[in-house]
Amino acid sequence: MNGFVSRQIDNAYSWVNERAPGATAWWNRHAGQYYAPKNFNFWYYFGSLAMLVFVNQILTGIWLTMNYKPTAAEAFDSVEYIMRDVEWGWLIRYMHSTGASMFFVVVYLHMFRGLIYGSYKKPRELIWTLGVVIFLVLMAEAFLGYVLPWGQMSYWGAQVITSLFGAIPVIGDPLVEFIRGDYLISDATLNRFFALHVIALPFVLAGLIYMHLMALHEVGSNNPDGVEIKKVKGPDGNPKDGIRFHPYYTVKDLFGASFFIMIAAFIIFFGPTMGGWFLEHDNFTAANPLVTPAHIKPVWYFTPYYAMLRAVPDKLLGVIIMGAATLIFFALPWLDRSEVKSIRYRGPITKVMITLFVLAFLVLGWLGTRSGAEAWEKPLAFWLTVYYFAFFFTMPIWSKIDKTKKVPDRVTYEH
Amino acid sequence: MAEQGVDKGRRRFLTVSTAIVGGVGGVFAAVPFVKSWTPSAKAQMAGAPVLADISKLEMNQRLTTQWRGKPIWIIKRPQEALDALKSLNDRLRDPDSANLEQQPAYAQNAYRSIRPEILVLEGVCTHLGCAPMHYPQMVPQGFDAEWKGGFYCPCHQSRFDSAGRVYQGVPAPTNLRVPPYHFLSDDLIEIGVNPPEQGAAA
Repeated sequence: MNGFVSRQIDNAYSWVNERAPGATAWWNRHAGQYYAPKNFNFWYYFGSLAMLVFVNQILTGIWLTMNYKPTAAEAFDSVEYIMRDVEWGWLIRYMHSTGASMFFVVVYLHMFRGLIYGSYKKPRELIWTLGVVIFLVLMAEAFLGYVLPWGQMSYWGAQVITSLFGAIPVIGDPLVEFIRGDYLISDATLNRFFALHVIALPFVLAGLIYMHLMALHEVGSNNPDGVEIKKVKGPDGNPKDGIRFHPYYTVKDLFGASFFIMIAAFIIFFGPTMGGWFLEHDNFTAANPLVTPAHIKPVWYFTPYYAMLRAVPDKLLGVIIMGAATLIFFALPWLDRSEVKSIRYRGPITKVMITLFVLAFLVLGWLGTRSGAEAWEKPLAFWLTVYYFAFFFTMPIWSKIDKTKKVPDRVTYEH
Repeated sequence: MAEQGVDKGRRRFLTVSTAIVGGVGGVFAAVPFVKSWTPSAKAQMAGAPVLADISKLEMNQRLTTQWRGKPIWIIKRPQEALDALKSLNDRLRDPDSANLEQQPAYAQNAYRSIRPEILVLEGVCTHLGCAPMHYPQMVPQGFDAEWKGGFYCPCHQSRFDSAGRVYQGVPAPTNLRVPPYHFLSDDLIEIGVNPPEQGAAA
């Protein structure tokens, strides 16, 4: 009996393989015989976790559209309907809203990994720039999604973000009207944001993620030592310091995924709003175009950039600073002049600069959640913004003059 | 035909001209997709004028109504607020309302209104569109120790005086906008229409 079943499976496999020989080749190229460095550490979980969250968002998102109504009159109530009356609706909705925040958690950590191990450096510039595009589209996707429940923060967040485009000289005002499809944030705006959120941007994201992975598999993964494993190959022609992605890293990533799901489940079940950090309190009130909440702030993952916007007492300049702060990541591969990739073999200046950069980013994020009314907040935000940009603009200097240690030929485990 | 060889020049001409004609077609095909994002006929119709009755408006009270979906404020200002306006001029970005886009010509005066005590404003912060809060009392505030009454935006701390004129050193670039309006009678204001001698609303 067993022999019969396996024979049938073999036959089916051969049948497909004769007609699509590329499928097996594709699998081998990207998983079965894709050699990844054997010294991946904790930081290498976040790429696969981002993928996991993406799948979660797509799946729960499709289910949410089955009950959500994208009209100004019904949106808020339909979300409450999902929460209260749809079977398991609360879980699917909280998986989606928690997933949005967790997406940024893993993406920020994924970017930090790239920063400390120099994963953006030659020959991986293309992977990095594609990643930055993904980051930007993800921010747009998250913003559009936050508007959909049509609560007070949805409405006024949309008001503030669309008004940013009004700062552009000459075409600003007509452009804002074009984006909103009305003279104000309205039903038309909500409806098109829904279309963009559920079809256009997820589609773009999926394509970009595919390109990001394909670009990675062309040159191979970096690793915590910043050693090119392709330089030392065994007699079989495969890197000596590489192991096959499948099964070795699929198993490692599964372990990471189960740990991550445990944390995510804890949040979903016991603190889905995270005390107002993942779902803001004001968003549990239906949108009111005549009353602005006393304290408008974006969700936590936008607050560093929001703090920069507020740090500048000029509308156009504030918007330019905010945009530049996200776009400057594109330049990173060309700003870093160090001979060495990984922070393990770099000197003290790099370590201090990166530590301060992370601190500046976190404190800016914290400032962005505050009202901004205290006198000390604005100068602090201003100087942290100055440091944020100084980190990038002075990088060609400090990355060049900083001391480096000799990079070994093979990967290590001593750290 | 085949024996005569390939006419490369002819082939290049056909390739290029096909590409150009196709490209132009592509641009035209994009028009409906782009234009469909602009305000629809329904949205445009919602821009009709509205009426506001101010017979019950108290001193320092703010009446909020809606025109084109925007909040419109009608505020009755006391004499001391009007007197204080001039003293603020050097703390303001545009004290003389020189920016003509922010008010109709008939509101380009010291009080930014037709009748000095009645102020009509669009309640939309010129920074990023929040609704500023009304602090009419002339008492020191946390955000300004020498407050002479006016509006404070909770989003990004922009301040405006009691004529909607923007202070210096705040993110809002311009004064709050005065919509077109006129008095139908002593107590009735029509918003969205200029006074009869001024012609139709913009």
